[in-house]
Amino acid sequence: MASVPRSFLLLSIIPTILILCADFACCNTGRKTGDGLDTDFSGFSVPLEHSFQVDDVSRFRMRGALQLRGGRETSVSLSQSQLSEEDRNTLKEVAAVDGLYKIRVPRVSLTDRQTERQMDGYLTAFVRACSLVESHLSDVITLHTDVSGYLIGVSIVTIPGACRGTEVEDEVDLEAFNTTLTIIAPTNAPQPETALFIERMDIEHEKRGKPQEQKSFFAKYWYLILGGAIFLMASSSAQPSAGGAEEQQS
Amino acid sequence: MYPPSLVVTFTKKSSVKMAKLTSLFVISLSFFCISEAVFEDQVGKFDWRQQYVGKTLFAHFESNTQSSKKMFVATDKNIFASFNSRTGDLLWRHVDKTGPEGSIDILLLHGQDALMVVGDGRLLRSWDTNIGGLNWEAVLDTGSFQAACFVAIQDTVKLVAVLKKAALSLHYLSNGHQKWVENLPDSDAVQYQAVYSGGEEEVYVLGVVPNSHLTIIAYSLEDGEIIKQRSVEASWLSSVESSCVVVGQGVLMCVDPATLALYTLPIQAEETPEFSQILLQVLYLSPTVSPGFQPVLVSSQPHPARSPLSEFFLQLGPDHHVLLQLNADGYTIAPLRDFQPAFLVSFATTGKKTVAAVMTPKNETVMLRHSCDPNPRWLSPLSFPLQACAINLFSVDSGRRLLDTTVLFPLELNGGKPHALYVHAFLKKDDSVGYRVLVQTQDHALTFIQQPGRVVWTREEALADVVTMEMVDLPLTGTQAELEGEFGKKADGLFPMVLKRLSSQVTLLQAWLAHLWKLFYEARKPRGQVKNEVTIETLSRDEFNLQKMMVMVTASGKLFGIDSKSGSILWKHYLENVQPNAAFKLIVQRTTAHFPHPPQCTLLIKDKDTGLATLHVFNPIFGRKSHIALPALPRPILQSLLLPVIDQDYAKVLLLVDDQYKVTAFPSTKNVLQQLQEMASSIFFYLIRSDQGNLSGFRLRKDLSTERIWEVVLPTEVQKIVAVKGKRPNEHVHSQGRVMGDRSVLYKYLNPNLLAVVTESTDTHPERAFVGVFLVDGVTGRIIHEAVQRKARGPVHFVHSENWVVYEYWNTKSRRNEFSVLELFEGTELYNSTVFSSLDRPHLPQVLQQTYIFPSPITTMEATLTEKGITSRHLLVGLPSGAILSLPKMFLDPRRPEVVTEHSREENLIPYAPEMPIRTEWFINYNQTVARVKGIYTAPSGLESTCLVVAYGLDIYQTRVYPSKQFDVLKDDYDYVLISSVLFALFFATMISKRLAQVKLLNRAWR
Repeated sequence: MASVPRSFLLLSIIPTILILCADFACCNTGRKTGDGLDTDFSGFSVPLEHSFQVDDVSRFRMRGALQLRGGRETSVSLSQSQLSEEDRNTLKEVAAVDGLYKIRVPRVSLTDRQTERQMDGYLTAFVRACSLVESHLSDVITLHTDVSGYLIGVSIVTIPGACRGTEVEDEVDLEAFNTTLTIIAPTNAPQPETALFIERMDIEHEKRGKPQEQKSFFAKYWYLILGGAIFLMASSSAQPSAGGAEEQQS
Repeated sequence: MYPPSLVVTFTKKSSVKMAKLTSLFVISLSFFCISEAVFEDQVGKFDWRQQYVGKTLFAHFESNTQSSKKMFVATDKNIFASFNSRTGDLLWRHVDKTGPEGSIDILLLHGQDALMVVGDGRLLRSWDTNIGGLNWEAVLDTGSFQAACFVAIQDTVKLVAVLKKAALSLHYLSNGHQKWVENLPDSDAVQYQAVYSGGEEEVYVLGVVPNSHLTIIAYSLEDGEIIKQRSVEASWLSSVESSCVVVGQGVLMCVDPATLALYTLPIQAEETPEFSQILLQVLYLSPTVSPGFQPVLVSSQPHPARSPLSEFFLQLGPDHHVLLQLNADGYTIAPLRDFQPAFLVSFATTGKKTVAAVMTPKNETVMLRHSCDPNPRWLSPLSFPLQACAINLFSVDSGRRLLDTTVLFPLELNGGKPHALYVHAFLKKDDSVGYRVLVQTQDHALTFIQQPGRVVWTREEALADVVTMEMVDLPLTGTQAELEGEFGKKADGLFPMVLKRLSSQVTLLQAWLAHLWKLFYEARKPRGQVKNEVTIETLSRDEFNLQKMMVMVTASGKLFGIDSKSGSILWKHYLENVQPNAAFKLIVQRTTAHFPHPPQCTLLIKDKDTGLATLHVFNPIFGRKSHIALPALPRPILQSLLLPVIDQDYAKVLLLVDDQYKVTAFPSTKNVLQQLQEMASSIFFYLIRSDQGNLSGFRLRKDLSTERIWEVVLPTEVQKIVAVKGKRPNEHVHSQGRVMGDRSVLYKYLNPNLLAVVTESTDTHPERAFVGVFLVDGVTGRIIHEAVQRKARGPVHFVHSENWVVYEYWNTKSRRNEFSVLELFEGTELYNSTVFSSLDRPHLPQVLQQTYIFPSPITTMEATLTEKGITSRHLLVGLPSGAILSLPKMFLDPRRPEVVTEHSREENLIPYAPEMPIRTEWFINYNQTVARVKGIYTAPSGLESTCLVVAYGLDIYQTRVYPSKQFDVLKDDYDYVLISSVLFALFFATMISKRLAQVKLLNRAWR
């Protein structure tokens, strides 16, 4: 399994470049970026490596290069080569034994170019090789950053994700990756929405307040009071003539 | 209380008919939630509380009369408490701040006043011992506390002297006012360690320059003037505190372990004498001090206004004490009695008499006979061979043993060794000395013993520091178990099966008849006499599995089995050699469901420094240690995980991952290893290194080695991981989705492998601080959701359950506590409705979040748990006030609408309000506050509506909660007579009317 020569890699046509830009207006608030430097700089590239072996021992080889652009509008693109004949066979073999297909990217910072070299280590993720084969190499790679623009994690899923054991006959299906690439920064969790609530309360209060004040006590219950007065008058006039028991019966 | 049923019906009507009455609707909803508080007659019926104080540091008895009942303790949990010495119950208790700020340095008792120095010499407090009220409190000058003693003026104790590192101060006992304070001369070089007053006009301060000389300063009581100041050559002396005491008429007695000699020095002498040396050999004492043992002197000063006794104890080894007497000349010493072996000694004074209590081991085994139990089968767990200790009183003047003063103290096999002895001596009517004794053992238990060896009470103070706990189902009764066993066994022919069935039916009938007889028999007795004593023999599961065994692990290494219904301790087991900083993890490997295999719990004890772990395997019902071969664990353990795989004995397999990522299985039988090999490729686990911010996932290989398959790194310079929580494995979710107002279904994202990771920013500036919440799939390492709560900091408390995470944090900008809830939904369609696999869920879930203001800080949080997950969930929130709040999850729902619509009303969603209410009816422990709540444990019961709750901290509180009320239980006041009579009446009415109708039809036909 000789690795693909580098020159070949660069020459080969980029099969898929998908740039998905999440909205990152807020992702850099934690740390001020040297904007002058970063906006001029047209991004930088980090290797995307992959590994698939029948014995499941990690031997990472170049898969492509990630073009990262930090700053106000973080974006990412991927240039990657086709799989060689040998790789395709290996991948199929790995899929047959339910092995794993792993990818890794080095830990870098999107905003702070100085510290890029200082951080060592990689971020690793995996997907079952069979699902990669069965999805005809259509995978979704997501890069996660933290508040200050460090890459903290990478994930890979295939669509569809299941392994149904269907044979992939056509060699052409396994030649080129159909990759969807996303970069995701943390979302801001909401704060308690007091302002909106108070506004709504005020509106409700106004609505409710008006009709209640208009009616006075007498205006509301005049018929009861009138009825009560009539009843009192009637009972007082009936009192001298008849007993209590008769009155109740009538 | 509001009548709940009425309100509920109103709710339904209103939601259907009167859409206009929004506000009323909300009110009725809140009534719906309210109706869960306890009625007055239910108090204590389903709940209990036990109060503890912690490990005793100081203990005093009230007065030296036979009738006195009070005793006072100060503990390492910063608690000052009083017990009733007859029952062991708490009379009162003062809980101070935790940590060094509230630590109790010393407790002195004089008459009605208890003097206490708190917080390394920060405060001086005086308590009224009768009612436990504070007399006064005085703030002391800065400086670390060294010693304190009472000072008497003309035979009455009026002052207290407090010695600090650089100053001596005198305070009035009556009001705490300072009489004077003096700086100690040359306090940089001299370590002042002791203060002494023998009732004279001076108070002496003793200081030492280690291995050089001793300094004695006498201060005038009147104005604090230095009367005398001397220094005595003492090159052998390193500490006054640990090797010197004052005996007799102001003679300083020191012991030097190097030369095995005693040194004496009169403190008050005018001239400048030297220490006079007395070799131990001269006293005919075997000078065999145990290697590494520092000899200790023990003296006694019965009254602060008088000089100490001239008799004292010298401890030469862990079990070797000698009673010595200083002769009247002040230079010679006479040995009175040699005690070997003797664990503990103590002086006690009553009236004019002073006695010495000595605890010696008694090497006869005592069989504790369990009274009136005819069944010998059950005797075995109780009749441990106990090694006893004997306590004897000796006359101090002569060293003679006093007659009839022996008290036997039974030592439990799995208990701690005696650690301290506190004697309460009193004069009996015939003028002889009687006594009671309080023994503190290494496991923090206090045992109070009366003559002639009756254990009056025992307090298990280890329970003041519960670390972790589990609830285990009780075993079935014998007959139930037999039935279970019948189905469990393999079929062996038709005829034997029939016979077996018949025999088990007969036993069932027998048991039922016995039960009926018991019912009938008990019904004749008056109510008070019927006592359901819970003992280990009568333990069996009740109809609804409401009674369980609580297995509690304490920080001291003592394990307890507590009956959840009554709170009585059914077994205890002290693990010796547990390091004080050990971490515990309790795992239930086999439940009681697999008769005849006994249930099995495993306690993983991990030393935090070395990471080395040991296992303790035991039966959670009886507390006995199992004799199962344990795996050797030579390497530090990083992670343990319980697999759903079971071996042939129905024990779940525990995997232990060591620091080389090798896996050890327990139990590791052939069967288990074979199963593991088959399943290896589907066993994933994760490791978290919070110091490196590293989360990584591993997969098991067939040879039980592992491979790293994913890695997520959170840079530690930005944020640090503070907590990670998965879901509880025994949690059931009944409904897969939520029905929305338009009758479509919003499916929940129910990922059992989901981890909630909470981080805090390293930047603590209030504007830039944040709390991060990451939801990570534990199998694939995929970050499902990543959110940042700005301007927030910890401590973060959170609960992760079903498809939601609730967390609480401190908002640094608004300076308040806030609750936030995250809910995950798959959407209106399920990706794969039959099975969930982390490897096959390509789409990220929808995440909804809402935040609320919570008007109180919290200390801990947990969610209720029920058998099938049908009952609605509540959050149980432990507040610093000691209350436990049952907060309906309904209020923490990110779908609460800002503006009420027809759909949201249909769904019973409460309109959004930014502030979370705290209603006092939601406090499940009404007035039974639980001091310093540390954790809440919830367990399902056999009734779907009921969840068992245990809150632990300083106290332990057990209760039941009914989050959706008792929908599956008939009310206590259910009218059986009315219902059945109506039923019967209807039945007969139909019979009769049917007959009448027939007759009528017949008549009509004839016509």
